[in-house]
Amino acid sequence: MGLFLAACLASVVRPPYKLAPIVRQIHFIGARSSFVILFTGAFTGMVLGLQGYYTLRKFGSEGLLGSAVAVSLIRELGPVLTALMVIGRAGSAICAEIGIMRNSEQIDALECMAIDPFKYLLAPKFVASVISMPLLTFIFDVVGILGGMVVGVVLLGVNQGAYLQGMYGSVVWEDIEMGIVKSLVFGLLVVWIASAKGFFLHLDRSGGFGAEGVSRVTTSAVVLSSVTILVWDYLISAIML
Amino acid sequence: MAERGIQGDPRSTVAVDERIAIRLVDVEKSFAGQKVLDRVNLAVPEGRTTVIIGASGQGKSVILKHMLGLVRPERGNVLVFGQDIAKLSKKELRKVRTHFGVLFQNVALFDSMTVYDNVALPLRERTEASEGEIRTNVEEKLAMMDLVGANDKYPAQLSGGMQKRVGLARALALDPKVVFFDEPTTGLDAKRSNELYRLFYRTQRQLGYTAVIVSHDVPKIFKLSDYVTLLADRVIQGCMPPEEFQRSQHPVIRAFVETTMGTIYSSEREEMNHDE
Repeated sequence: MGLFLAACLASVVRPPYKLAPIVRQIHFIGARSSFVILFTGAFTGMVLGLQGYYTLRKFGSEGLLGSAVAVSLIRELGPVLTALMVIGRAGSAICAEIGIMRNSEQIDALECMAIDPFKYLLAPKFVASVISMPLLTFIFDVVGILGGMVVGVVLLGVNQGAYLQGMYGSVVWEDIEMGIVKSLVFGLLVVWIASAKGFFLHLDRSGGFGAEGVSRVTTSAVVLSSVTILVWDYLISAIML
Repeated sequence: MAERGIQGDPRSTVAVDERIAIRLVDVEKSFAGQKVLDRVNLAVPEGRTTVIIGASGQGKSVILKHMLGLVRPERGNVLVFGQDIAKLSKKELRKVRTHFGVLFQNVALFDSMTVYDNVALPLRERTEASEGEIRTNVEEKLAMMDLVGANDKYPAQLSGGMQKRVGLARALALDPKVVFFDEPTTGLDAKRSNELYRLFYRTQRQLGYTAVIVSHDVPKIFKLSDYVTLLADRVIQGCMPPEEFQRSQHPVIRAFVETTMGTIYSSEREEMNHDE
Protein backbone atom coordinates (compact mmCIF):
# COMPACT_ATOMS: atom_id res chain seq x y z
CA MET A 1 0.00 0.00 0.00
CA GLY A 2 2.87 2.36 0.85
CA LEU A 3 4.68 1.66 -2.40
CA PHE A 4 1.41 2.08 -4.27
CA LEU A 5 0.91 5.52 -2.69
CA ALA A 6 4.49 6.49 -3.53
CA ALA A 7 4.01 5.38 -7.15
CA CYS A 8 0.75 7.36 -7.39
CA LEU A 9 2.28 10.53 -5.94
CA ALA A 10 5.30 10.17 -8.23
CA SER A 11 2.98 9.84 -11.23
CA VAL A 12 1.19 13.05 -10.16
CA VAL A 13 4.38 15.11 -10.31
CA ARG A 14 5.81 13.40 -13.41
CA PRO A 15 5.09 15.08 -16.77
CA PRO A 16 3.18 15.21 -19.04
CA TYR A 17 0.45 17.14 -17.26
CA LYS A 18 -3.00 16.84 -18.78
CA LEU A 19 -5.77 19.05 -17.44
CA ALA A 20 -8.80 17.41 -19.09
CA PRO A 21 -8.71 14.10 -17.14
CA ILE A 22 -8.30 16.03 -13.86
CA VAL A 23 -11.27 18.26 -14.67
CA ARG A 24 -13.34 15.16 -15.52
CA GLN A 25 -12.45 13.60 -12.17
CA ILE A 26 -13.17 16.84 -10.26
CA HIS A 27 -16.57 16.77 -11.92
CA PHE A 28 -17.09 13.17 -10.84
CA ILE A 29 -15.68 13.31 -7.31
CA GLY A 30 -16.49 16.95 -6.53
CA ALA A 31 -19.34 18.41 -8.57
CA ARG A 32 -21.44 15.25 -8.56
CA SER A 33 -21.03 14.89 -4.80
CA SER A 34 -22.21 18.45 -4.15
CA PHE A 35 -25.92 17.63 -3.82
CA VAL A 36 -25.39 14.97 -1.17
CA ILE A 37 -22.99 17.33 0.63
CA LEU A 38 -25.55 20.17 0.55
CA PHE A 39 -28.22 17.85 1.89
CA THR A 40 -26.05 16.30 4.62
CA GLY A 41 -24.55 19.65 5.59
CA ALA A 42 -27.94 21.31 5.94
CA PHE A 43 -29.41 18.58 8.13
CA THR A 44 -26.27 18.22 10.24
CA GLY A 45 -26.33 21.97 10.93
CA MET A 46 -30.07 21.84 11.73
CA VAL A 47 -29.63 18.96 14.18
CA LEU A 48 -26.69 20.73 15.81
CA GLY A 49 -28.84 23.87 16.10
CA LEU A 50 -31.68 21.92 17.68
CA GLN A 51 -29.59 19.88 20.13
CA GLY A 52 -27.29 22.79 20.91
CA TYR A 53 -30.20 25.10 21.67
CA TYR A 54 -31.82 22.78 24.23
CA THR A 55 -28.47 22.02 25.88
CA LEU A 56 -27.35 25.65 26.02
CA ARG A 57 -30.76 26.82 27.26
CA LYS A 58 -30.22 24.82 30.47
CA PHE A 59 -27.30 27.13 31.22
CA GLY A 60 -28.95 30.26 29.83
CA SER A 61 -26.37 30.45 27.07
CA GLU A 62 -28.52 30.28 23.91
CA GLY A 63 -26.46 33.13 22.53
CA LEU A 64 -23.51 30.76 22.15
CA LEU A 65 -25.42 28.59 19.68
CA GLY A 66 -23.69 30.14 16.63
CA SER A 67 -20.31 29.49 18.19
CA ALA A 68 -21.14 25.87 19.07
CA VAL A 69 -22.49 25.06 15.61
CA ALA A 70 -19.68 26.77 13.69
CA VAL A 71 -16.77 25.38 15.73
CA SER A 72 -18.19 21.84 15.71
CA LEU A 73 -18.68 21.94 11.97
CA ILE A 74 -15.43 23.62 10.96
CA ARG A 75 -13.13 21.56 13.18
CA GLU A 76 -14.75 18.15 13.24
CA LEU A 77 -18.06 17.37 11.61
CA GLY A 78 -17.49 19.18 8.33
CA PRO A 79 -14.30 17.36 7.27
CA VAL A 80 -15.34 13.99 8.74
CA LEU A 81 -18.89 13.83 7.40
CA THR A 82 -17.82 15.20 4.01
CA ALA A 83 -15.17 12.48 3.78
CA LEU A 84 -17.66 9.80 4.78
CA MET A 85 -20.13 11.01 2.15
CA VAL A 86 -17.40 11.11 -0.52
CA ILE A 87 -16.35 7.57 0.45
CA GLY A 88 -19.92 6.36 -0.04
CA ARG A 89 -20.47 8.17 -3.31
CA ALA A 90 -17.13 8.45 -5.08
CA GLY A 91 -14.71 6.20 -3.15
CA SER A 92 -16.84 3.11 -3.69
CA ALA A 93 -17.23 4.01 -7.38
CA ILE A 94 -13.47 4.51 -7.83
CA CYS A 95 -12.75 1.15 -6.20
CA ALA A 96 -15.38 -0.68 -8.27
CA GLU A 97 -14.27 1.00 -11.52
CA ILE A 98 -10.61 0.11 -11.04
CA GLY A 99 -11.51 -3.36 -9.77
CA ILE A 100 -13.58 -4.08 -12.86
CA MET A 101 -10.77 -2.76 -15.05
CA ARG A 102 -8.38 -5.11 -13.28
CA ASN A 103 -10.78 -8.04 -13.61
CA SER A 104 -11.41 -7.52 -17.30
CA GLU A 105 -7.69 -7.08 -18.11
CA GLN A 106 -8.16 -3.41 -19.02
CA ILE A 107 -5.24 -2.47 -16.75
CA ASP A 108 -3.10 -5.16 -18.38
CA ALA A 109 -4.18 -3.73 -21.75
CA LEU A 110 -2.92 -0.30 -20.67
CA GLU A 111 0.41 -1.83 -19.61
CA CYS A 112 0.70 -3.67 -22.91
CA MET A 113 0.03 -0.45 -24.82
CA ALA A 114 2.96 1.07 -22.89
CA ILE A 115 0.56 3.42 -21.11
CA ASP A 116 1.40 3.89 -17.43
CA PRO A 117 -1.81 3.04 -15.51
CA PHE A 118 -0.61 5.15 -12.58
CA LYS A 119 -0.23 8.23 -14.73
CA TYR A 120 -3.24 7.64 -16.96
CA LEU A 121 -5.74 6.16 -14.52
CA LEU A 122 -4.80 7.05 -10.96
CA ALA A 123 -2.98 10.40 -10.99
CA PRO A 124 -6.07 12.40 -12.13
CA LYS A 125 -8.16 10.77 -9.38
CA PHE A 126 -5.57 11.65 -6.71
CA VAL A 127 -5.33 15.29 -7.81
CA ALA A 128 -9.10 15.62 -8.13
CA SER A 129 -9.79 14.11 -4.71
CA VAL A 130 -7.29 16.35 -2.93
CA ILE A 131 -8.75 19.41 -4.67
CA SER A 132 -12.40 18.42 -4.26
CA MET A 133 -12.42 17.43 -0.60
CA PRO A 134 -11.59 20.90 0.86
CA LEU A 135 -14.10 22.53 -1.51
CA LEU A 136 -16.84 20.09 -0.53
CA THR A 137 -15.96 20.58 3.15
CA PHE A 138 -16.28 24.33 2.70
CA ILE A 139 -19.74 23.87 1.18
CA PHE A 140 -20.70 21.49 4.00
CA ASP A 141 -19.56 23.98 6.68
CA VAL A 142 -21.34 26.97 5.13
CA VAL A 143 -24.59 25.12 4.54
CA GLY A 144 -24.39 23.55 8.01
CA ILE A 145 -23.93 26.95 9.69
CA LEU A 146 -26.90 28.29 7.70
CA GLY A 147 -28.95 25.20 8.66
CA GLY A 148 -28.12 25.78 12.32
CA MET A 149 -29.11 29.41 11.94
CA VAL A 150 -32.45 28.53 10.35
CA VAL A 151 -33.34 26.25 13.26
CA GLY A 152 -31.88 28.47 15.99
CA VAL A 153 -32.94 31.88 14.76
CA VAL A 154 -36.06 31.24 12.67
CA LEU A 155 -37.63 28.30 14.52
CA LEU A 156 -36.37 28.66 18.09
CA GLY A 157 -36.09 32.42 18.37
CA VAL A 158 -32.38 32.90 19.10
CA ASN A 159 -31.27 36.43 18.33
CA GLN A 160 -29.70 36.57 14.87
CA GLY A 161 -27.04 39.06 15.94
CA ALA A 162 -26.09 36.87 18.90
CA TYR A 163 -25.86 33.79 16.65
CA LEU A 164 -23.60 35.51 14.13
CA GLN A 165 -21.56 37.40 16.72
CA GLY A 166 -21.01 34.20 18.71
CA MET A 167 -19.73 32.56 15.55
CA TYR A 168 -17.43 35.43 14.55
CA GLY A 169 -16.09 35.70 18.08
CA SER A 170 -15.21 32.08 18.57
CA VAL A 171 -14.00 30.83 15.19
CA VAL A 172 -10.29 31.56 14.83
CA TRP A 173 -7.83 30.86 12.02
CA GLU A 174 -6.54 27.71 13.81
CA ASP A 175 -10.03 26.17 13.54
CA ILE A 176 -10.18 26.82 9.81
CA GLU A 177 -6.61 25.59 9.40
CA MET A 178 -7.48 22.33 11.16
CA GLY A 179 -10.49 21.87 8.88
CA ILE A 180 -8.37 22.45 5.79
CA VAL A 181 -5.60 20.08 6.92
CA LYS A 182 -8.12 17.38 7.75
CA SER A 183 -9.95 17.68 4.45
CA LEU A 184 -6.68 17.53 2.47
CA VAL A 185 -5.51 14.45 4.38
CA PHE A 186 -8.93 12.81 4.09
CA GLY A 187 -8.99 13.51 0.35
CA LEU A 188 -5.71 11.67 -0.02
CA LEU A 189 -6.73 8.79 2.27
CA VAL A 190 -10.04 8.18 0.49
CA VAL A 191 -8.58 8.01 -3.01
CA TRP A 192 -5.54 6.04 -1.84
CA ILE A 193 -7.53 3.27 -0.15
CA ALA A 194 -10.25 3.09 -2.82
CA SER A 195 -7.73 2.96 -5.70
CA ALA A 196 -5.40 0.48 -4.03
CA LYS A 197 -8.20 -1.93 -3.13
CA GLY A 198 -9.42 -1.97 -6.73
CA PHE A 199 -5.95 -2.03 -8.26
CA PHE A 200 -4.83 -5.05 -6.24
CA LEU A 201 -8.07 -6.96 -6.64
CA HIS A 202 -6.23 -9.81 -8.36
CA LEU A 203 -3.94 -10.27 -5.35
CA ASP A 204 -6.84 -10.53 -2.89
CA ARG A 205 -7.11 -14.19 -1.96
CA SER A 206 -9.82 -13.92 0.69
CA GLY A 207 -12.75 -14.85 -1.50
CA GLY A 208 -14.21 -15.16 -4.98
CA PHE A 209 -13.14 -13.40 -8.15
CA GLY A 210 -15.27 -11.70 -10.80
CA ALA A 211 -18.28 -9.70 -9.68
CA GLU A 212 -18.07 -11.13 -6.18
CA GLY A 213 -14.46 -10.05 -5.92
CA VAL A 214 -15.33 -6.48 -6.99
CA SER A 215 -18.18 -6.37 -4.49
CA ARG A 216 -15.92 -7.64 -1.71
CA VAL A 217 -13.07 -5.19 -2.30
CA THR A 218 -15.53 -2.30 -2.65
CA THR A 219 -17.11 -3.11 0.70
CA SER A 220 -13.68 -3.51 2.21
CA ALA A 221 -12.55 -0.17 0.74
CA VAL A 222 -15.58 1.66 2.17
CA VAL A 223 -15.16 0.13 5.64
CA LEU A 224 -11.40 0.62 5.76
CA SER A 225 -11.63 4.22 4.46
CA SER A 226 -14.33 5.12 6.99
CA VAL A 227 -12.41 3.69 9.93
CA THR A 228 -9.16 5.27 8.74
CA ILE A 229 -10.85 8.67 8.48
CA LEU A 230 -12.04 8.44 12.07
CA VAL A 231 -8.61 7.38 13.34
CA TRP A 232 -6.84 10.13 11.41
CA ASP A 233 -9.41 12.67 12.58
CA TYR A 234 -8.41 11.90 16.15
CA LEU A 235 -4.69 11.96 15.33
CA ILE A 236 -4.82 15.30 13.53
CA SER A 237 -6.95 16.83 16.31
CA ALA A 238 -4.51 15.55 18.93
CA ILE A 239 -1.52 16.94 17.02
CA MET A 240 -3.03 20.33 16.16
CA LEU A 241 -4.84 21.14 19.40
CA MET B 1 17.66 -25.42 -44.05
CA ALA B 2 16.70 -25.66 -40.44
CA GLU B 3 18.44 -24.65 -37.25
CA ARG B 4 18.10 -27.74 -35.11
CA GLY B 5 17.80 -26.66 -31.53
CA ILE B 6 17.30 -23.42 -29.71
CA GLN B 7 19.97 -23.26 -27.01
CA GLY B 8 20.42 -26.98 -27.33
CA ASP B 9 16.72 -27.87 -27.62
CA PRO B 10 16.51 -30.56 -30.35
CA ARG B 11 12.74 -30.17 -30.77
CA SER B 12 12.87 -26.86 -32.64
CA THR B 13 13.06 -26.58 -36.41
CA VAL B 14 13.04 -22.84 -37.00
CA ALA B 15 14.73 -22.04 -40.32
CA VAL B 16 18.31 -20.86 -39.83
CA ASP B 17 17.89 -17.72 -41.92
CA GLU B 18 15.05 -16.45 -39.75
CA ARG B 19 15.70 -13.39 -37.61
CA ILE B 20 14.35 -14.02 -34.13
CA ALA B 21 12.05 -11.40 -32.59
CA ILE B 22 11.43 -13.11 -29.26
CA ARG B 23 13.37 -15.87 -27.60
CA LEU B 24 12.58 -17.70 -24.38
CA VAL B 25 15.58 -19.42 -22.85
CA ASP B 26 15.14 -22.00 -20.07
CA VAL B 27 12.16 -20.16 -18.64
CA GLU B 28 10.72 -21.59 -15.42
CA LYS B 29 7.61 -20.42 -13.61
CA SER B 30 5.49 -21.75 -10.74
CA PHE B 31 2.19 -20.61 -9.28
CA ALA B 32 1.31 -21.53 -5.70
CA GLY B 33 4.16 -24.02 -5.61
CA GLN B 34 3.03 -25.76 -8.79
CA LYS B 35 5.44 -25.64 -11.72
CA VAL B 36 3.71 -24.39 -14.88
CA LEU B 37 6.73 -23.89 -17.13
CA ASP B 38 9.88 -25.98 -16.81
CA ARG B 39 12.92 -24.92 -18.86
CA VAL B 40 10.83 -23.60 -21.73
CA ASN B 41 12.79 -22.70 -24.85
CA LEU B 42 11.11 -21.03 -27.77
CA ALA B 43 12.08 -18.78 -30.68
CA VAL B 44 9.57 -16.54 -32.45
CA PRO B 45 10.84 -15.59 -35.93
CA GLU B 46 10.42 -12.00 -37.08
CA GLY B 47 7.60 -11.29 -39.53
CA ARG B 48 6.16 -14.79 -39.14
CA THR B 49 3.12 -16.25 -37.46
CA THR B 50 3.94 -18.55 -34.57
CA VAL B 51 1.05 -20.44 -33.04
CA ILE B 52 1.25 -21.88 -29.54
CA ILE B 53 -1.13 -24.78 -29.00
CA GLY B 54 -1.73 -27.24 -26.19
CA ALA B 55 -4.42 -28.52 -23.90
CA SER B 56 -6.20 -26.14 -21.53
CA GLY B 57 -4.33 -25.22 -18.38
CA GLN B 58 -0.90 -26.09 -19.79
CA GLY B 59 0.40 -22.53 -19.47
CA LYS B 60 0.08 -21.17 -23.03
CA SER B 61 -1.20 -17.81 -21.81
CA VAL B 62 1.54 -17.78 -19.18
CA ILE B 63 4.10 -17.94 -22.01
CA LEU B 64 2.36 -15.01 -23.67
CA LYS B 65 2.40 -13.05 -20.41
CA HIS B 66 6.14 -13.68 -20.11
CA MET B 67 6.67 -12.31 -23.61
CA LEU B 68 4.61 -9.24 -22.73
CA GLY B 69 6.50 -8.71 -19.48
CA LEU B 70 3.32 -9.04 -17.44
CA VAL B 71 4.85 -12.01 -15.60
CA ARG B 72 8.52 -12.41 -14.72
CA PRO B 73 10.18 -15.84 -14.89
CA GLU B 74 11.66 -17.42 -11.79
CA ARG B 75 14.59 -18.60 -13.89
CA GLY B 76 15.67 -18.12 -17.48
CA ASN B 77 15.54 -15.23 -19.93
CA VAL B 78 12.91 -13.62 -22.12
CA LEU B 79 14.68 -11.84 -24.96
CA VAL B 80 12.70 -9.37 -27.05
CA PHE B 81 14.75 -8.02 -29.96
CA GLY B 82 17.81 -9.11 -27.99
CA GLN B 83 16.85 -7.38 -24.72
CA ASP B 84 16.16 -9.50 -21.64
CA ILE B 85 12.85 -7.96 -20.55
CA ALA B 86 12.88 -9.88 -17.27
CA LYS B 87 15.73 -7.64 -16.16
CA LEU B 88 14.36 -4.31 -17.39
CA SER B 89 12.97 -1.54 -15.19
CA LYS B 90 9.33 -0.59 -15.63
CA LYS B 91 10.33 2.41 -17.73
CA GLU B 92 12.57 0.37 -20.01
CA LEU B 93 9.93 -2.34 -20.29
CA ARG B 94 7.38 0.27 -21.34
CA LYS B 95 9.78 1.31 -24.12
CA VAL B 96 9.93 -2.28 -25.39
CA ARG B 97 6.15 -2.52 -25.24
CA THR B 98 5.82 0.38 -27.66
CA HIS B 99 6.51 -2.28 -30.31
CA PHE B 100 3.66 -4.51 -29.08
CA GLY B 101 0.00 -4.87 -29.90
CA VAL B 102 -2.24 -7.29 -28.01
CA LEU B 103 -5.62 -8.85 -28.68
CA PHE B 104 -6.75 -10.28 -25.35
CA GLN B 105 -8.93 -13.36 -24.97
CA ASN B 106 -11.79 -11.24 -23.58
CA VAL B 107 -10.71 -8.29 -25.76
CA ALA B 108 -10.24 -5.94 -22.73
CA LEU B 109 -11.78 -2.96 -24.49
CA PHE B 110 -12.32 0.09 -22.29
CA ASP B 111 -16.03 -0.29 -21.75
CA SER B 112 -16.67 3.34 -20.81
CA MET B 113 -15.15 4.55 -24.10
CA THR B 114 -16.55 4.50 -27.61
CA VAL B 115 -15.03 2.37 -30.35
CA TYR B 116 -13.30 5.46 -31.75
CA ASP B 117 -11.79 6.42 -28.39
CA ASN B 118 -10.64 2.85 -27.75
CA VAL B 119 -8.64 2.81 -30.97
CA ALA B 120 -7.48 6.41 -30.52
CA LEU B 121 -6.24 5.87 -26.96
CA PRO B 122 -2.73 4.54 -27.75
CA LEU B 123 -2.30 7.28 -30.36
CA ARG B 124 -3.35 9.99 -27.90
CA GLU B 125 -1.22 8.67 -25.07
CA ARG B 126 1.87 7.56 -26.92
CA THR B 127 2.28 9.93 -29.82
CA GLU B 128 2.34 13.67 -30.37
CA ALA B 129 -0.11 13.33 -33.28
CA SER B 130 -2.74 16.03 -33.75
CA GLU B 131 -6.43 15.13 -33.36
CA GLY B 132 -6.76 15.31 -37.17
CA GLU B 133 -3.94 12.82 -37.71
CA ILE B 134 -5.40 10.57 -35.03
CA ARG B 135 -8.80 10.67 -36.74
CA THR B 136 -7.25 9.70 -40.08
CA ASN B 137 -5.34 6.83 -38.51
CA VAL B 138 -8.29 5.53 -36.46
CA GLU B 139 -10.68 5.65 -39.42
CA GLU B 140 -8.14 3.84 -41.58
CA LYS B 141 -7.78 1.06 -39.00
CA LEU B 142 -11.54 0.79 -38.49
CA ALA B 143 -12.07 0.59 -42.25
CA MET B 144 -9.41 -2.13 -42.41
CA MET B 145 -11.51 -4.08 -39.89
CA ASP B 146 -14.80 -3.47 -41.75
CA LEU B 147 -16.02 -1.31 -38.87
CA VAL B 148 -17.03 1.83 -40.73
CA GLY B 149 -19.90 3.55 -38.93
CA ALA B 150 -19.20 1.98 -35.54
CA ASN B 151 -17.20 4.98 -34.23
CA ASP B 152 -19.72 6.15 -31.65
CA LYS B 153 -20.83 2.77 -30.38
CA TYR B 154 -19.77 1.43 -26.99
CA PRO B 155 -18.26 -2.08 -26.64
CA ALA B 156 -21.41 -3.35 -24.88
CA GLN B 157 -23.43 -2.41 -28.00
CA LEU B 158 -21.29 -4.62 -30.26
CA SER B 159 -21.41 -8.32 -31.06
CA GLY B 160 -18.54 -10.55 -29.91
CA GLY B 161 -17.07 -10.61 -33.41
CA MET B 162 -17.18 -6.82 -33.72
CA GLN B 163 -15.55 -6.42 -30.31
CA LYS B 164 -12.69 -8.65 -31.44
CA ARG B 165 -12.28 -6.56 -34.58
CA VAL B 166 -12.18 -3.36 -32.50
CA GLY B 167 -9.59 -5.06 -30.30
CA LEU B 168 -7.53 -5.89 -33.38
CA ALA B 169 -7.86 -2.32 -34.70
CA ARG B 170 -6.63 -1.03 -31.33
CA ALA B 171 -3.76 -3.54 -31.30
CA LEU B 172 -2.68 -2.34 -34.75
CA ALA B 173 -3.21 1.37 -34.10
CA LEU B 174 0.49 2.11 -33.77
CA ASP B 175 1.68 -0.32 -36.45
CA PRO B 176 3.45 -2.57 -33.91
CA LYS B 177 6.30 -4.92 -34.76
CA VAL B 178 4.79 -7.80 -32.75
CA VAL B 179 1.12 -8.58 -32.22
CA PHE B 180 0.01 -11.11 -29.60
CA PHE B 181 -3.29 -12.94 -29.85
CA ASP B 182 -4.61 -14.78 -26.80
CA GLU B 183 -7.28 -17.25 -27.92
CA PRO B 184 -8.58 -14.78 -30.52
CA THR B 185 -11.63 -16.79 -31.59
CA THR B 186 -12.88 -17.85 -28.16
CA GLY B 187 -16.65 -17.36 -28.00
CA LEU B 188 -17.05 -16.79 -31.75
CA ASP B 189 -19.00 -19.02 -34.11
CA ALA B 190 -17.32 -20.52 -37.18
CA LYS B 191 -18.37 -17.66 -39.47
CA ARG B 192 -17.11 -14.92 -37.14
CA SER B 193 -13.91 -16.90 -36.50
CA ASN B 194 -13.27 -17.10 -40.24
CA GLU B 195 -13.90 -13.36 -40.58
CA LEU B 196 -11.36 -12.64 -37.87
CA TYR B 197 -8.81 -15.00 -39.42
CA ARG B 198 -9.33 -13.32 -42.81
CA LEU B 199 -8.70 -9.89 -41.26
CA PHE B 200 -5.68 -11.20 -39.39
CA TYR B 201 -4.25 -12.75 -42.55
CA ARG B 202 -4.84 -9.57 -44.57
CA THR B 203 -3.31 -7.22 -41.99
CA GLN B 204 -0.37 -9.50 -41.27
CA ARG B 205 0.53 -9.65 -44.96
CA GLN B 206 -0.09 -5.91 -45.36
CA LEU B 207 1.78 -4.69 -42.27
CA GLY B 208 4.30 -7.50 -41.94
CA TYR B 209 4.16 -7.79 -38.17
CA THR B 210 5.36 -10.76 -36.16
CA ALA B 211 2.35 -12.64 -34.80
CA VAL B 212 2.21 -14.86 -31.74
CA ILE B 213 -1.11 -16.67 -31.42
CA VAL B 214 -2.24 -18.80 -28.52
CA SER B 215 -5.06 -20.93 -29.83
CA HIS B 216 -7.18 -24.01 -29.37
CA ASP B 217 -8.56 -23.83 -32.87
CA VAL B 218 -6.80 -26.89 -34.31
CA PRO B 219 -6.48 -27.65 -37.22
CA LYS B 220 -7.94 -24.38 -38.63
CA ILE B 221 -5.19 -22.28 -37.08
CA PHE B 222 -2.54 -24.32 -38.91
CA LYS B 223 -3.54 -22.65 -42.17
CA LEU B 224 -2.49 -19.26 -40.80
CA SER B 225 0.70 -20.34 -39.11
CA ASP B 226 4.29 -20.40 -40.26
CA TYR B 227 5.34 -22.28 -37.13
CA VAL B 228 3.34 -24.40 -34.71
CA THR B 229 4.53 -24.84 -31.13
CA LEU B 230 3.12 -27.47 -28.80
CA LEU B 231 3.26 -26.87 -25.05
CA ALA B 232 2.62 -30.00 -23.02
CA ASP B 233 3.85 -31.32 -19.70
CA ARG B 234 5.30 -27.89 -18.86
CA VAL B 235 7.77 -27.88 -21.78
CA ILE B 236 7.78 -27.01 -25.47
CA GLN B 237 7.44 -30.34 -27.25
CA GLY B 238 8.24 -28.91 -30.66
CA CYS B 239 8.24 -25.78 -32.81
CA MET B 240 8.02 -26.41 -36.56
CA PRO B 241 6.08 -25.58 -39.72
CA PRO B 242 2.50 -26.93 -39.65
CA GLU B 243 3.04 -29.59 -42.36
CA GLU B 244 6.02 -30.94 -40.49
CA PHE B 245 4.07 -30.76 -37.21
CA GLN B 246 1.27 -32.92 -38.60
CA ARG B 247 3.76 -35.50 -39.88
CA SER B 248 5.91 -35.46 -36.74
CA GLN B 249 6.73 -38.81 -35.14
CA HIS B 250 7.46 -37.21 -31.78
CA PRO B 251 5.20 -39.28 -29.47
CA VAL B 252 3.64 -36.30 -27.62
CA ILE B 253 3.03 -34.37 -30.86
CA ARG B 254 1.70 -37.49 -32.55
CA ALA B 255 -0.69 -38.10 -29.65
CA PHE B 256 -1.84 -34.46 -29.71
CA VAL B 257 -2.46 -34.50 -33.47
CA GLU B 258 -4.36 -37.79 -33.29
CA THR B 259 -6.44 -36.66 -30.33
CA THR B 260 -7.41 -33.22 -31.60
CA MET B 261 -7.67 -33.81 -35.33
CA GLY B 262 -8.98 -37.36 -34.95
CA THR B 263 -11.80 -36.08 -32.79
CA ILE B 264 -12.70 -33.45 -35.33
CA TYR B 265 -12.77 -35.93 -38.19
CA SER B 266 -14.82 -38.48 -36.27
CA SER B 267 -17.32 -35.85 -35.13
CA GLU B 268 -17.66 -34.61 -38.71
CA ARG B 269 -18.27 -38.20 -39.85
CA GLU B 270 -20.91 -38.65 -37.14
CA GLU B 271 -22.64 -35.48 -38.29
CA MET B 272 -22.59 -36.68 -41.92
CA ASN B 273 -24.01 -40.07 -40.93
CA HIS B 274 -26.67 -38.30 -38.91
CA ASP B 275 -27.60 -36.09 -41.92
CA GLU B 276 -27.87 -39.12 -44.17
